Amino acid sequence: MTADTPSPPPSDRQRTPFEKGLDRFFEGTTLTFALFILLLLIAIGLLILVDAWPAIKEFGLGFLWTSSWNPVAGRESYGVLPMVYGTLVSSAIALLIAVPLGLGTALFLSENFIPLKIRTVLVFMVELLAAIPSVVYGLWGIFVLIPALKWFLGLFGIPFTGPSMLAASLVLAIMILPIITAISRDSLAALPPELRQGSYGLGATRWGTIFRVLIPAAISGIVGGVMLALGRAMGETMAVTMLIGNSNTISLSLLAPSNTISSLLANQFAEAKGIQVAALMYAAFVLVILTLIVNILADWIVRKLQAKY
Amino acid sequence: MVDTMPKSGTMTDVVLRAKECDIYYGSYKAVRDVSIDIPRNKITAFIGPSGCGKSTVLRCFNRLNDLIESFSLKGKMTYHGQDLYAPDVDPVEVRRRIGMVFQKPNPFPKTIYDNIAYGPRISGYKGDMDELVETSLRRAVLWDEVKDKLQESGFSLSGGQQQRLCIARTIAVQPEVVLMDEPCAALDPISTLKVEELMKELVQNYTIIIVTHNMQQATRVADYTAFYNAQVTEEAGGKVGYLAEFDSTEKIFNDPEQESTRDYVTGRFG
Repeated sequence: MTADTPSPPPSDRQRTPFEKGLDRFFEGTTLTFALFILLLLIAIGLLILVDAWPAIKEFGLGFLWTSSWNPVAGRESYGVLPMVYGTLVSSAIALLIAVPLGLGTALFLSENFIPLKIRTVLVFMVELLAAIPSVVYGLWGIFVLIPALKWFLGLFGIPFTGPSMLAASLVLAIMILPIITAISRDSLAALPPELRQGSYGLGATRWGTIFRVLIPAAISGIVGGVMLALGRAMGETMAVTMLIGNSNTISLSLLAPSNTISSLLANQFAEAKGIQVAALMYAAFVLVILTLIVNILADWIVRKLQAKY
Repeated sequence: MVDTMPKSGTMTDVVLRAKECDIYYGSYKAVRDVSIDIPRNKITAFIGPSGCGKSTVLRCFNRLNDLIESFSLKGKMTYHGQDLYAPDVDPVEVRRRIGMVFQKPNPFPKTIYDNIAYGPRISGYKGDMDELVETSLRRAVLWDEVKDKLQESGFSLSGGQQQRLCIARTIAVQPEVVLMDEPCAALDPISTLKVEELMKELVQNYTIIIVTHNMQQATRVADYTAFYNAQVTEEAGGKVGYLAEFDSTEKIFNDPEQESTRDYVTGRFG
């Protein structure tokens, strides 16, 4: 090194007050937006709670395990147990059908069973399922699914009236299928290729690799997708209302009509007045709490599974 | 033209043999006309500039290239005289006998114990699993470092430990050949030395082929060295890899026959 060429001095350029202000402005803007979301959530929760207050005072926690829903003036009694039951059971059945189907589809679409071009088309079609409005699903259920079920069950001499827990659960399963498939496929596709090669390199078969390495490695993403789908199934309104029969009773038969909380709200809100509005608001509050529990549970499971690895 | 055998040194047993192999990805010819004999219980190093096809050839030996859809091979690759690409050969069986260690340590998201037990379990190992896990880890010189935390995740280990875990995992299936694709590329010098010592241990029981970019490494560990080179062509892809020279490591590094080998090992290109 010679002293002839001194290195340039470190830059002494200062940021102008305008630039600094711009930074602060940006920070403030994002903070406002974030706070806005929080406020919105609180506002919704508060509104539901305030409107539900007369019912909460009147029925207390007994609301949760009372099964009669009678809005006739003078003989009013409100309980949400059949709807909680209907919400949980219809979502559970939908999951039971959609999880194996969705995960299977995701595996099929993330492995190279078929050429990439066909796979791309199939992925697009699965995602298209999510774009169909739920009222269309309801119509499809009424005009296609219910007659098909009627014919099929008729083969075994089983009487089937139509709107029922079964019909609603089946349509729910189809509606949440794209969520499970898309999220599972993404988490499977995001796995490092080294994992797959490592397993094959040890002499594992494709099935061994899928079930012992790939699925365990992607499990937190898959569970996350399933939980998101569960949340969707519990809150789904339109298609369920059209198919479930809206009967506020608990029946163990899947062929009998039933009801869910969101479907109850959709059906009764327009004509409700007085304490019935409060009772419906109380039911809505129960639904919000239920989905909140599902979300917290999902987060906990995902964390638990991630911590394991 | 290259001879199948290394030019000097006596070769006893040939485990793997490639004969006039051309390797294609779709219509792109990646490697042309490779003929090589891999001797038993020796370490053979594949060296050469990037894109010369050394990893590609390595992956053909345990049919890992089958995972790439457009891959195809012309020519013959045999394992103890048996054609590796015969239609009745099950690639799963091939990979059990010819194991592979990768460039990046790739432990499974499982416990250390399960990482080792994975291979034996899928191949239906009936013996004492605890013992097999211990011997495999001992052979990979990792046992003392992990014996108290076998139930912890494989990811809890350092990079060098992870790579030795992957080696232990590979030898737990008791293969005959271990293919190593730049096993030390992601490791620090101390871990690298450990893996190299491990290779010298293992070669008493296994046949090892190692792809390396590190020429010192080849001189330190390899009995034989194959120098691959790339050649510019008119076809799509622009260049094609070929085996330029195959000889004892000493000969390749001190007195190679080809000009290009000499230029490469003295650091004039690559």
